[in-house]
Amino acid sequence: MDNNLTTMYIYLAISGIMFFAGVYGFIARRNMLAILISLELMLNAVDINFAVFNRYMHPTVLEGYFFTLFAIAIAAAETAIAIAIIINIYRNIKNIKSDSLDKMKN
Amino acid sequence: MDYSYSILILALPLFMFLTLALGGNKMSQKFAGILGTAGLLTIAVLSYMVAFQYFGMDRVDGVRDAEIAYNFEWLSFTDKLTINLGILLDPISVMMLVVITTVSLMVHIYSMGYMHGERGFQRYYAFLSLFTFSMLGLVVATNIFQMYIFWELVGVSSYLLIGFYYTKPSAVSASKKAFIVTRFADLGFLIGILLLSFYTETFSFDQLTAEGGFFLTSTSGATFLGCSVASWAMALIFMGGAGKSAMFPLHIWLPDAMEGPTPVSALIHAATMVVAGVYLVARLFPVYLSVPEVLDLITWVGAITALYAAIVACVQSDIKRVLAFSTISQIAFMIVALGVCTSMVPSEGGLGYMASMFHLFTHAMFKALLFLGAGAVIHAVHSNEMSHMGGLRKYLPITHITFLIACLAIAGIPPFSGFFSKDEILAAAFNKSMFWGVWMTVVAAITAFYMFRLYFGIFWGKEAKHEHTPHESPATMTIPLIILAIVTCVAGFIPFGEFVTSNGEAYHIHLDMTVAVTSVVCAVVAIALATWLFAKPNPKPEKMQAALPNLHKWAYNRFYMDNVYQFITHKIIFACISKPIAWFDRHIIDGTMDMFATVTNSVAEKIKGFQSGKLQMYVWIYIVGAMILAVAAIYTFVK
Amino acid sequence: METIGSQVILYIIAAVMVIFSVMAVTTKHLLRSATYLLFVLFGTAALYFQLEYEFLGAVQVAVYAGGIVVLFVFSILLTQGLGQNKEKIKVRKLLLALSAAIIGAIVCGYSLLTHIFPNSKYDMGGEITMERVGEDLLGSGQYQYVLPFELISVLLLACIIGGIMIARKR
Repeated sequence: MDNNLTTMYIYLAISGIMFFAGVYGFIARRNMLAILISLELMLNAVDINFAVFNRYMHPTVLEGYFFTLFAIAIAAAETAIAIAIIINIYRNIKNIKSDSLDKMKN
Repeated sequence: MDYSYSILILALPLFMFLTLALGGNKMSQKFAGILGTAGLLTIAVLSYMVAFQYFGMDRVDGVRDAEIAYNFEWLSFTDKLTINLGILLDPISVMMLVVITTVSLMVHIYSMGYMHGERGFQRYYAFLSLFTFSMLGLVVATNIFQMYIFWELVGVSSYLLIGFYYTKPSAVSASKKAFIVTRFADLGFLIGILLLSFYTETFSFDQLTAEGGFFLTSTSGATFLGCSVASWAMALIFMGGAGKSAMFPLHIWLPDAMEGPTPVSALIHAATMVVAGVYLVARLFPVYLSVPEVLDLITWVGAITALYAAIVACVQSDIKRVLAFSTISQIAFMIVALGVCTSMVPSEGGLGYMASMFHLFTHAMFKALLFLGAGAVIHAVHSNEMSHMGGLRKYLPITHITFLIACLAIAGIPPFSGFFSKDEILAAAFNKSMFWGVWMTVVAAITAFYMFRLYFGIFWGKEAKHEHTPHESPATMTIPLIILAIVTCVAGFIPFGEFVTSNGEAYHIHLDMTVAVTSVVCAVVAIALATWLFAKPNPKPEKMQAALPNLHKWAYNRFYMDNVYQFITHKIIFACISKPIAWFDRHIIDGTMDMFATVTNSVAEKIKGFQSGKLQMYVWIYIVGAMILAVAAIYTFVK
Repeated sequence: METIGSQVILYIIAAVMVIFSVMAVTTKHLLRSATYLLFVLFGTAALYFQLEYEFLGAVQVAVYAGGIVVLFVFSILLTQGLGQNKEKIKVRKLLLALSAAIIGAIVCGYSLLTHIFPNSKYDMGGEITMERVGEDLLGSGQYQYVLPFELISVLLLACIIGGIMIARKR
């Protein structure tokens, strides 16, 4: 097999492990900040995939590259808003456990 | 000739209705009353102008042509079949304009006194305007469909006015009864219209009544249950008319309709709306002439109604009910007069048409007078029962005199108007056959009897105890009485045949002395009998009652017609048809729908756990679901 | 391009990232979690450098490591009292999470391994110059991205305002 392709598999393996670590964290953790951290992991894994496929499969264009760039910007925005919301929640109910957010229910 | 201003006759009352209905609450009662009356005065003046212009016009070939002032297409179904809205002026519609606006004007003036201080005074005037609008629209309709629309509108305004005292349960049920019974009749009317228009492909009166048998040729050949479709259509249309005009057996709503304010009874349930059926038959008269079996039916219905209502009127104790049955009886006279016609030419058996219209005209005046007089009496003693009256002639002199004039008119005593018109009807009936002539003469005699029983019961006889002395009504109420009384005195001398005849030719009324003398003698005998029985307090009426207990009881209960209806509707229709249908609706149709709801509900109950609001659970489901899809995709596509 | 040195470095980065990403989601201390995330983000930046996407790596360091992680740390310090920075994970949740992650990993791994990629064209690309990045980012032609760029700028503005609106004291 092509040497380069082998290297690509390593990259993809890293991103895969990162992604499913993120999935695990997202489902298992209760703290909303931890959930957010898991989310960042998943986003990063996806970013890596974009960049890797761009580099190894279509190196002449920069689509994956820019996709990653924009994804980073959006991730930054999303994190900022999420943290603002979390802080607001904390102010209201004095904790940030995801399962204690049931005021709107019933 | 220019009749373009005639549109105002329709536009003004509609405008008055909208103004009073929308702005009425902002106005004072006095202002609303004066506004409504002033509006109606204008309309009346316009109608008189139309009448003068129309009847002043020269005849063409000895015939008055119908003038179509307006006619625009409203709905177009096919190239030929369109519904138009317009204004048709011909002798009967112009006469009706005059009758309606006159009586309506009188009622408007009268109501200012009678309804003074009532709650909903403005609403009352708004409804009166609505009624006037609808009734005027009905009579000037250029086609049968426009007539039907306004026909329903008068039904609605009648409903609204009967139920004017909507806090009174009896008024509410009376208004419902009136509406439902007339609606039922109108169903026949509508089916008749549809049949007619299906075969002739036109709604227009012009074409339907055109000479040359247009109607018959277009319906020829089609039969149903042994009768021609033409007969069916015309009989069904007559059913609508019979419902509106309270013909037996659809008369049951009219006595109950007396729950409305008395001026309303005078306007709607005596003078104008209830003659709509007569007007309808007159309007389609050339068509009816071509189906003689339907004309026979009409005669029979009219004759039975006339006799029935007259007998019932003899024993009722509520003065408004006596008048109601009297109205039914008198309208039946007009119907009979139309029914006994055998030709379009007045001198050759077509006299009934003219007589019917003449009687419509005079009856409107004297019956409105009777009702308004009764209203004045009720106003004075606050009761409808004859036993609470008696000896009122001292307290209500004007009402007394005018009421007497009206009674003489309806009894057919010369020179009052009723004599002339009734005489024409009797003559027409004798013309047809001896049988009808005698029948109607007997009814006329009974009429005289019960009217004078009523008259003596109110103004003579034993004086009832009153909480406070009855006093004469205010001028707003007495002036219309006087005006109508004057009209009643002189209307008989109008050369009516010059204006309204079946074919538009002039016809000179001449009294048939045999008929006239017979009827006058009968009436005088009847009046004398009534005087003997009722003028002075005496035990004779009770004795008579005791001698014929069953007849009295049956008549007093209106021959149990209401009970028959009650039985038919409750025991037969409700129990045998409505209940099973209701059961089917509730258990099968509703049940099916309910089942959908229940199933949905229980499914929702089961799956609501998915909607837990737990974000992490959602993510788990999402990821596992996505993976299952991925596996499925791999399995499907990769192999 | 494939030198032994770069291969070794790649393996080191890979090991670091895998270890720290797993630790970031399993550690019970939030602050540690954020720190491990920081390492993973640095690792990602290193991967971009390895791929010769230097600008991307720089952005990754600046935005993620420099911005987002700092935000995380601040908010952790704001919201966590001293005694309560540990959290227990329920067994049921743990099983759920593990099952989702493992099923996902198996499916992805399977599809990755069975898919036959075309030969890599790695060598056709070279270093991406800043000039090219700038032109592509602000150009309006094919494969050029001025419209998303503008969109992102508006999004960021909205985000700033939104963040202030949500978090400010009432």
